Amino acid sequence: MPAHSAPPPRALPGGGETRRHVLVAVVLNKPGVLNRVASLMRARNFNIDSLAVSHTDSDDVSRMTITLHGDDVAVEQAAKQLYRLIDVLKVQDVTSEPTIQQELALVKIRATDSNRSEVLKLVELSRGRVVDLADGSVIVEVTGTESEIDAFVALVRTYGIKELVRTGAVVMARGSGSIEEAIKR
Amino acid sequence: MTITKGDPAHPPSPVARAATERATPPPTRRSHVPNEGSAEAAAVERARKGMLHEGRELKRTRIGADVLCEALLRQGVEVIFSYPGGVILPLYDVLGDYPELRHVLVRHEQGGAHAADGYARVTGRVGVCMGTSGPGATNLVTGIGTALLDSVPMVAITGNVPSALIGKDAFQEIDINGITLPMTKHNYLVRDADDLPRVVAEAFHIARTGRPGPVHIDITKDALQQETRAEHPTDAEIVAGLPGFRPNLDGHGRQLKLAAAEIAAARRPVILAGHGVLHAEAWDDLRAFAEKTQIPVAWTLLGIGVIDETHPLAYGYMGMHGWKHVNRAIQSADLLIAIGMRFDDRVTGNVRTYAPYARIVHVDIDPAEIGKNVAVEVPIVGDAGRVLRALTPLVDPVDPATRADYFAQLTEWKADSVASSWHGSGAWRDGLLSADYVIERIGELTEHEATYVADVGQNQMWLARYAGFRHPNTHVSSGGLGTMGFSVPAAMGAALGRPDRETWAITGDGGFQMTFQELMTLVADHIPVKIALLDNKKLGMIRQWQEIIYAGNYHSANLPGPDFAKLADAFGIPAFRARTPGEVDDAIRAAQAVDGPALIWFEIAEEQNVFPMMPAGKGLSDLIEKWGGAEE
Repeated sequence: MPAHSAPPPRALPGGGETRRHVLVAVVLNKPGVLNRVASLMRARNFNIDSLAVSHTDSDDVSRMTITLHGDDVAVEQAAKQLYRLIDVLKVQDVTSEPTIQQELALVKIRATDSNRSEVLKLVELSRGRVVDLADGSVIVEVTGTESEIDAFVALVRTYGIKELVRTGAVVMARGSGSIEEAIKR
Repeated sequence: MTITKGDPAHPPSPVARAATERATPPPTRRSHVPNEGSAEAAAVERARKGMLHEGRELKRTRIGADVLCEALLRQGVEVIFSYPGGVILPLYDVLGDYPELRHVLVRHEQGGAHAADGYARVTGRVGVCMGTSGPGATNLVTGIGTALLDSVPMVAITGNVPSALIGKDAFQEIDINGITLPMTKHNYLVRDADDLPRVVAEAFHIARTGRPGPVHIDITKDALQQETRAEHPTDAEIVAGLPGFRPNLDGHGRQLKLAAAEIAAARRPVILAGHGVLHAEAWDDLRAFAEKTQIPVAWTLLGIGVIDETHPLAYGYMGMHGWKHVNRAIQSADLLIAIGMRFDDRVTGNVRTYAPYARIVHVDIDPAEIGKNVAVEVPIVGDAGRVLRALTPLVDPVDPATRADYFAQLTEWKADSVASSWHGSGAWRDGLLSADYVIERIGELTEHEATYVADVGQNQMWLARYAGFRHPNTHVSSGGLGTMGFSVPAAMGAALGRPDRETWAITGDGGFQMTFQELMTLVADHIPVKIALLDNKKLGMIRQWQEIIYAGNYHSANLPGPDFAKLADAFGIPAFRARTPGEVDDAIRAAQAVDGPALIWFEIAEEQNVFPMMPAGKGLSDLIEKWGGAEE
């Protein structure tokens, strides 16, 4: 036994600082694949913040953008676990890469005769788009990063939000590289 | 329609086949088939060859159920453990046309799943179990989970209601696909017979490739009945159809060099060998590596058998109920070389105090296992065998003399630890029969050549510690899921997989009472499992925890059982009884002399504990070795 006194405790994986991560998963477009991903994240104790899914240019391949909070090791573990799914072709953590991130939100804002013009002015300044005008409300479409949409929502909350729906972020890395071309072979 | 059906009451077995192929079978080989060597067995052999090599002509249309049988035969399946039911009857309607597929009618689907598991663990091949929809499928679930947690290659097949009825809560309909999704490596729902050849081939490929695991195939009744001309895919087509499944088998060259440097610098290294070494059939590679580097080998519960326990570098079984000397070596090591193991909490205890002086090289075929439970210095993703074969040439041979001090200390620790936890006289307190002695005698009298199948709890730990394992794949144990009731049905499968070895089911009275319905399967199918029932009339491990951790608050630890001799007799199984150390050897020999299954009822001391013991949440240095002032 080494003579010196007790060593420091061994570091535990996953005990680091938590931050928002963005994972891009390229998956086979098969029935149940969304269920597999969601089930795995639940079973492994990861909490998904948002999830956006659609097929890619190829009909048999889908792309998921998953945002979640966790420390770097825990999220790496989530990505490795996703990789174990037979239908998952490629998983990439793009958190630290230069990316384009966009999210779309529809917000149904309370708007009366007395404040409608004020609301519309605000929407215009926020680069939102009015897509429906009705007696007592407007529906506004905004796109932007998650925090831009957060800011818009906070701004119009004073008027009263009747309904809010957000797509969750979709993300693409800048530059000419392609995750879909790089799927595991 | 003229169909000659096979006689399912007299199925052929691997034994019958092997026996006809070999001129002089070794004397230890046993037959499970009453008519071995008969004209009928020869006819079956001809039929099998005709099936495999010349194709076969069905004098009726080919339906999904035929395709399933063909696909199983193409995968080399020789036995399936199954139970019929409404929606899987189309398959049973054609099974008689495939006498080469031995069908073992289990008495409960859970038994079938464990049997497939035991078969897979001793043969390294894919085990197959089947059941019907609804309760048949849910009964398989415990066995599938057991296989998942221990990475056992298995294909579980269930029938489901006709596709038009799916989602309508039809009779015996349950969303079994949803149930098995998180507890399989992959699963399928097949609604079209044309998909069956591809799905079955993929399922076997996935089950046995990379890190093995269970795959579930759910087939609707109409798919089993549907006519089809679908052809079976080639191996290349199967791989091409699974672009998302490309396990990385070879360790990265740079990582191998880093590992070699760690090994060269280490003064107190220990190898931690796990189930992955057995999956990779890399026991010879492990021994060569250990001998060249002169590094002692410790093993996990599922790693038992990776090295002959009498080998000078074989150090012992690690973890919660492992040997104290092994845990001491780990706690003082400066390098752990972990191969095909996953730092389970039963192995590490409290990770913060685990192996505090050690750097870690971790070899595993599953990238997700690396860095999951402990942070490691050198991760290597790859097959244990391939990595060992690539790593061994990179390390310099070590002269054992340079490790003299280290080895001397290891030897001293081992002598001390073995002396303090062994009842060589056979008697625990008050002359009561000691369980470790029983296990040791079974190991001795079977000359360490049998297959030993544990149940879960104290019996499992006694077996792991005291049987003395010499060969790979002779120890079968539900490690990850810890499934009580595993032993007897898993031994059933193990005996069919390795009929050339004696098969012993080591079980406690608790686990035995969970699945003893399979005794009837043993009798009906002439499967010669010897059952060592360690009866302490308690849930022993529950009692032990309640004594030590819950201040003696015994609740539900007493477990009244039946008269086990009468029970065995009712099944037509010879039973023997031992209550004192002096009766042990005779009982074991008597059971060995029985041509067929036999049971030994060992009435052991009721309050014997398994020591040492690491309390949950504590570290490997916090072993409890005695309790209540008495040496155990």
